[in-house]
Amino acid sequence: MRSVFKIGAPLVAAALALSACGGTTGDGDSASGDKACDLKIGYFGPLTGDAANLGINIKNGAELAVNEYNAKNADCKVTLVSFDSQGDPSIAPGLAQKAVTDKKLVGIVGPAFSGESKAAGPIFAQAGLNTITASATNPALSENGWKTFHRILGNDATQGPAAAKYIKDILKADKVFVSDDTSEYGKGLADIVKKDLGSAVVATDQTAADGKQDDFSPTVTKAKASGATVFFYGGYYSNASKLVKQLKSGGFTGQFVSADGVKDDGFIKGAGAASEGTIVTCPCLPPDQAPEFAAAFKKAYNSDPATYSAEAYDAANVFLAAIKDGKTSSADMMSFISSYSAKGVTKTVKFDAKGEPAEVSVWAYKVTGGKIVPDQEIK
Amino acid sequence: MDLLLSNFWAYTIGGLAFGAIYALIALGYTLVYGVLRLINFAHSEVFMWGSFAAVWVLLALGAKGATGLGLVAFLIIGFAAAMAVSAAVALGLEFVAYRPLRKRNSPPLIALISAIGASYVLSEAMGLRDKPFKWFGADDNLADYVGRPREASPLPLDVPTVRLFYIFDYHVSNIDLIVLGSAIVMMVVLDQFVQRSRLGRGIRAVAQDAEAAALMGVNRDRVIRLTFVIGGAMAGAAAMMYLLKIGVTRYNAGFLLGVKAFTAAVLGGIGNLRGALLGGFVLGVAESYGSALFGSNWKDVVAFTLLVVILLFRPTGLLGESLGKARA
Repeated sequence: MRSVFKIGAPLVAAALALSACGGTTGDGDSASGDKACDLKIGYFGPLTGDAANLGINIKNGAELAVNEYNAKNADCKVTLVSFDSQGDPSIAPGLAQKAVTDKKLVGIVGPAFSGESKAAGPIFAQAGLNTITASATNPALSENGWKTFHRILGNDATQGPAAAKYIKDILKADKVFVSDDTSEYGKGLADIVKKDLGSAVVATDQTAADGKQDDFSPTVTKAKASGATVFFYGGYYSNASKLVKQLKSGGFTGQFVSADGVKDDGFIKGAGAASEGTIVTCPCLPPDQAPEFAAAFKKAYNSDPATYSAEAYDAANVFLAAIKDGKTSSADMMSFISSYSAKGVTKTVKFDAKGEPAEVSVWAYKVTGGKIVPDQEIK
Repeated sequence: MDLLLSNFWAYTIGGLAFGAIYALIALGYTLVYGVLRLINFAHSEVFMWGSFAAVWVLLALGAKGATGLGLVAFLIIGFAAAMAVSAAVALGLEFVAYRPLRKRNSPPLIALISAIGASYVLSEAMGLRDKPFKWFGADDNLADYVGRPREASPLPLDVPTVRLFYIFDYHVSNIDLIVLGSAIVMMVVLDQFVQRSRLGRGIRAVAQDAEAAALMGVNRDRVIRLTFVIGGAMAGAAAMMYLLKIGVTRYNAGFLLGVKAFTAAVLGGIGNLRGALLGGFVLGVAESYGSALFGSNWKDVVAFTLLVVILLFRPTGLLGESLGKARA
């Protein structure tokens, strides 16, 4: 019963949100039109739980795309349904089973995180339900042979080298301290950075995962003793904010560099003034590179597009283009996505044979005046 | 090894400073255990509520940006708010979760389950604190207090780090000094209170033999209330120190510290006040040295191996068990 409610509540919420945003039509159910109408696109990822913020950003991006499509195609609407996984790999397979039984559901934007993608991927692949993730960056996901898997942003195998490149070429550092949180994401990223920087890495320290460590003073002492001028951290914003605060108050004067797991306002809120000047890399586009999308998003949600909203918008638009073309069966959809090539707000959207994006851009962002602002594209 | 030796004092003082926080929370476990033979697993949530009390009071007073004497005043207010609320939560906990069971002479296991349940309730109440305000539509006005309830809430106070003096090669900062200094003052006051005051004698009497104490005219319920209040106040002080060192608190911030503080209490000899202090400091320093020798993610392994080894040779902890019997 509880799981029914879990699915039901977001469904109702999504329906309400849609009808509220649509505005003009009274009845949500469009019985009119031919048989290709009434189709659904899913959002799969957290909407509640600890990591809800990231998921809501992604869902809103996808929802905006669907709403714009419905405004143009009022006679044949598409519905966005949500699968709230809470970002939990143990919940994901059950939700994926539910998703694949819905014959009206033709595509999934998500799953949002790498862990849940790994858990739910085989189910989508077997059922032939196409997915485009707008945020899961673990490189190994595309190596599983899932034909339904697509990713619209660069993975950590491109982000890691970009971060190393920034440290080497822009910061011109020859003494770097590398640390991570032992998570799949954080360790993977830190290992790539370590490998790329080679002998410039003077010392390393693995710390515990989020919620398992508060006191980082031993790491601070080690970093200071190493004489490093740059501190790279692979991990998420919760621990990163504690770490950077203790680095600063512990007297470490070097540059703090991290990656997309830290690109959230929660980092600045937690670390306060200590976050100033932090460099964050991200395979995501700054909002001012797509002003029309940013304006529409702001109008709809009363906030600026956040991390991966634009990627989700592009991902949803791929599915919507397929629906418009009438390519709604699993095989049609798959070949449509494989041959898709059009300019999205983040990049020219095109996928290679493994479902990875053909074109990838990684940007460096800098915390300036209490905001994460774009610094430069890392080329 | 070289790293530890060449930065010996940095690791030692870093460990002591966090050990002081463990020790203050451990006092709450040990006091309640001494008097009631109950492991109060909800004590970690008492700590967490105290940390939020400090954050909210300082937010309400607009403490952000204060400097000089104003900053000192806000620090003291923060300590007072955290201690008061923690003490109140601990007292409420005793009233709701433990006293009704005690009145019915329930077995200790039942009280333990009640403690675990209370811990979840207190933690989730904090993690869902936006919900009741949403029903009244007040969550927008109170967004600073109840918005994003699962995310970290920062201490709204800018305490600049000032380097004061050297201990060998380690440059001691004002925050180290505040944390260690106030912890030591608080411990000495508590120790003297339990050893010398009339109420303290009551606590020791109940710990030694509750029935005999009652026959001698000690009001047992009052003593129990008192131990919860004292333990709560210490957890509140620890909460403010935690905020000064870490900078943020969260609805689940108590969990990890609760486990560590309980470990510290067992390490020192649960039921023994000075044991809790010693246990806290030993645990903090052991973690710090463990991090230096093997890397930060090994520190728990080092600390808990130490715990097992010590308990093998001294099953009642470093200083032995009883609050009543302990000399000191």
